[in-house]
Amino acid sequence: MSETLNYWLVIVGILFVLLNIAAFLIWVERRMLALWQDRLGPNRAGPFGLLIILADTLKLFFKEDWIPPFADRHVFVIAPAVIVISVLLSFAIIPFAPAIQIVDLNIGLLFFLGMSSLGVYSIVLGGWASNNKYSLLGALRGASQMISYEVFMGLSLMGVVMLSGSFSLRTIVEAQKDYWFVLLQPVGFVIFFIAGIAETHRLPFDIPEAESELVAGFHSEYSGMKFGMFFIGEYLGITLISSITVALFFGGWLGPAFLPPLAWFAIKTAGFILFFILLRASLPRPRYDQLMEYGWKILLPLTLLNLLVTGGIILFLNQP
Amino acid sequence: MNVFFYIAAAVAIISTLMVITRKHPVHALLYLIVSFMAVAIIFFQLGAPFVAALEIVLYAGAIVVLFIFVVMMLNLGRETSLQEKTWLNLATWLLPGVLGAILLIELIYLISTQPNETLTIAEIEPKAVALSLFGPYVIGVELSAMLLMAGVIGAAHIGRRTIKHYHRFLQEETK
Amino acid sequence: MLSIIRSIWLTFLHLFHKTETIQYPEEKVQLRPRYRGRIVLTRDPDNQERCVGCYLCAAACPVDCIALQATENEEGRRYPEFFRINFSRCIFCGFCEEACPTYAIQLIPDFEMAEYDRQNLVYEKEDLLINSQGKYPGYNYYKVAGLDAGVKGKGEGTNEEPPVDRHSLLP
Repeated sequence: MSETLNYWLVIVGILFVLLNIAAFLIWVERRMLALWQDRLGPNRAGPFGLLIILADTLKLFFKEDWIPPFADRHVFVIAPAVIVISVLLSFAIIPFAPAIQIVDLNIGLLFFLGMSSLGVYSIVLGGWASNNKYSLLGALRGASQMISYEVFMGLSLMGVVMLSGSFSLRTIVEAQKDYWFVLLQPVGFVIFFIAGIAETHRLPFDIPEAESELVAGFHSEYSGMKFGMFFIGEYLGITLISSITVALFFGGWLGPAFLPPLAWFAIKTAGFILFFILLRASLPRPRYDQLMEYGWKILLPLTLLNLLVTGGIILFLNQP
Repeated sequence: MNVFFYIAAAVAIISTLMVITRKHPVHALLYLIVSFMAVAIIFFQLGAPFVAALEIVLYAGAIVVLFIFVVMMLNLGRETSLQEKTWLNLATWLLPGVLGAILLIELIYLISTQPNETLTIAEIEPKAVALSLFGPYVIGVELSAMLLMAGVIGAAHIGRRTIKHYHRFLQEETK
Repeated sequence: MLSIIRSIWLTFLHLFHKTETIQYPEEKVQLRPRYRGRIVLTRDPDNQERCVGCYLCAAACPVDCIALQATENEEGRRYPEFFRINFSRCIFCGFCEEACPTYAIQLIPDFEMAEYDRQNLVYEKEDLLINSQGKYPGYNYYKVAGLDAGVKGKGEGTNEEPPVDRHSLLP
């Protein structure tokens, strides 16, 4: 009985914390971006401007929930839900601490890849259902960008899978007792992180939304909480990629014993989230064809080479 | 366990029916995704989690996206769905429907006359899949890799950009 | 590749730079003396209106936000009967100040003129007139003009020669 209760508590707790983090990131991103641009950012509402989160959320809730008459109603409503659902489902396999993990699938990594590939639909369908040429262009760009980068994302993880011999994230974390995999797989880490940025379509790879060319791209017709879902989905995506990176390459919850495992995980993840924001502050957006060329002509051969070298070394070391 | 199987199977059948009967191609493709996911759940329950994951990553996540991609580019509107409607009249689907129904009845009969065996579910780990792929079936993997390579080279050749001449008088005689 | 990492690092260093933000209502912006803000009508050293109602400012205004009506007092001194600036239209370009021949209309460093009611942005003459000589202290148009408007007699102004008795010019 207490086992089941504990399980449900973990699920509800993770959901609660994640949604709060997603909202909290609104404030973090605005404050950190401002600091990196020599500004102060929102600091009026409440202590350190923290109540801006409440203000933003209330604004999104009370805005008119407008569905344009030319849109495809059903698909238009489904699209924003897809991204939030797929990202939240991906969190099920992440080991936050030895005792805090919703499910330890033996195909954990593949589950994550599958969910992130389903996340593409929110962009594609949202852009298509808006029935607006800018949204459609954004959806086309988003679809091709995310499908291409998914390939490298999956392949760059295979080095880690080879080293630990499992798709299960818990086994992967436990395999990093001696070294973090970032030391053994630096190329894999860099490629995974780049692909992760492209997957969450964050700046500098925010080509599907590109305010300056596509007037917000796939979500230009969205308002109110439907837009809020895209917004939350983006922040959840950042958190997801950061925590997966931590679990795969930076030893997950492992760390010196003076802090509890969960704290180590949170600290590392927060570092990567801040790095995401730093990237937004510092890098310009590449052109669309540059992005694709960079992916297929540089990242793909590099990933395959990394895979080949890793496999070769493992074979060499495991020689009888 | 069994209940989940029947739910997933029902979802798969209903969504596949919807794929056939939807007039709008994008709606049909959406149902196709649901169908793939239901099939993935069935695979998962039959002890093949690797296949289930691949079903979602490859079919639902990549191939159907490409379908939708193409449909979006074609800009199919109200006219296409009207056209689709005219194709779906009784005369068109009656004969294939009857023939399919005969096969279905036959299949149900054969299944029902089979001795009632309980299915033993042995979970197959991804490692076992990999070992069999690169063990007994390595020739198949190699052949399909060659086929894919040929496909990639062919696509690269078709998609190659020809040299652009900015004026027709500057065009060289290239044969 | 290296330049990308360098730009990320340089942006990161901005975390330790001083922020440029001025916390406005508590901390005021330091405006320069030639800042083009609220438009005022100045007075001459005798505390009289400088404006002579020549309409040049209204003509120069690109958004037509200035309206005035000139009139004359019994001594022949011109002044605006009413002078109205619609600040909801004004673009603070400063053309009126350039056009003004008597330094009457001036833009001063003040921008805190927000209103809840749009109508309150229409300033009348009593709102515009200030008790100051503005940027040109000591300047009095009628002291240098060759015109007797009750300020000085003819020929008594600065750098002005007494009027020539034209009868004495007869051969």
